[in-house]
Amino acid sequence: MFVTSAFAQETAPAAAEGETHAGTTVPAEEHGTFPPFNAETFPSQILWLVITFGLFYLFLKRVVMPRVGGIIDVRNDRITQDLDHAARLKGEADAAVAAYEQELAEAKANANKIGQQANDAAKSEAESTRKKLEAELEKKLGEAEASIASIKAKAMKEVGTIAEDTTSAIVEALVGGKTDKAEISAAVKSASR
Amino acid sequence: MAADKVDPIHQFQIHPIIPLHIGGYDVSFTNSALFMVVTVIVASAFLYMSTASRALIPGRLQSVSEMAYEFVGNMLRDAAGKQGMQFFPLVFSLFMFVLVANLIGLFPYFFTVTSHIIVTFTLAALVIGTVLVYGFAKHGFGFLKLFVPHGVPGYLLPLVVAIEIISFVSRPVSLSVRLFANMLAGHITLKVFSGFVVSLSALGAVGIAGSVLPLAMAVALTALELLVAFLQAYVFAVLTCMYLNDALHPSH
Repeated sequence: MFVTSAFAQETAPAAAEGETHAGTTVPAEEHGTFPPFNAETFPSQILWLVITFGLFYLFLKRVVMPRVGGIIDVRNDRITQDLDHAARLKGEADAAVAAYEQELAEAKANANKIGQQANDAAKSEAESTRKKLEAELEKKLGEAEASIASIKAKAMKEVGTIAEDTTSAIVEALVGGKTDKAEISAAVKSASR
Repeated sequence: MAADKVDPIHQFQIHPIIPLHIGGYDVSFTNSALFMVVTVIVASAFLYMSTASRALIPGRLQSVSEMAYEFVGNMLRDAAGKQGMQFFPLVFSLFMFVLVANLIGLFPYFFTVTSHIIVTFTLAALVIGTVLVYGFAKHGFGFLKLFVPHGVPGYLLPLVVAIEIISFVSRPVSLSVRLFANMLAGHITLKVFSGFVVSLSALGAVGIAGSVLPLAMAVALTALELLVAFLQAYVFAVLTCMYLNDALHPSH
């Protein structure tokens, strides 16, 4: 029973095809014609296909495709927009970095300048202090020399008096009697010359 | 009854549900028409509802709809260029209709609309008709350059033109028969193997043990048919794109 039915299955389409190819118009008996080649069903299938497919086409064209296309367009726009936004933010970040670096360079230059100034100021102050000290020392040296000179002169003058006194004393002791002061002074002077 | 159960042709029978006769033609609403309606409703409802939220970040269903849309869109753009996009609604509805009809046909007891040559032929005729109408409307008789390839020596020209015309005429036939035959053969094979399972199980314990093999085959074939269902819809759409390209640019 199994074998025969399987055999029947294999032969059935071939037989049906043979019939239609031969052009025999078999009445639409359920098991007579191979159904896809049964021309009696063609008008109905064509009509209903035209109706259903036509409506399907219109529905897709008018409703579905604008909608799906719109969704995809909106998404693409959004992606482009987001990319632009990201690019702009990156530009801003880059500008901020550049500004920071410039400020850093400026600050460095400033610091250098301030250091230089301080250095210069310290140097000039040291210089002026040194000069003042030198001048002071110079003055003190001058004063000391002057005082030495005056002391020397005084001493020299006193040397004359001492010599006169000594001379008069020596003369008195040797000669005796009073000595003429003026004579002695002249003699000392000529001797010291 | 048992023989009827395993008759692999029975699934292709068309029987009227609402009898209707117009002008001497039998245009009854049949099970085939019913499944055309089901196909259209399922496809439309899926596309409509999955995209209802218009989410910026698509969910799974919306992704499927968008993928189908972009898949067909890219296919058409690659084959026919930017100009071809005016046929996008046609190609997309053809693809979706064939795909959903093929997939629905895989359910047991469901009718496969695309397993009837007249359906696939009508769709193919729609494609070729569009190509002819658009080609002649746009290029006039320049469209006939389609049959005269460049750089063919004069003495070969009659032969080449004859071949080109035959190839053009056979397009609607090949386009329709490819889809029809694939669906028909796939469903017959499925039915035969499933019939083996039923027939073998009726033979007792040994039969039940033996029926494991055809059952496994039926499962594997179902997976294969799922692939074929998609593949044939894809092939139909790709060939449509290529034929439309001829209508747009006849001088190849």
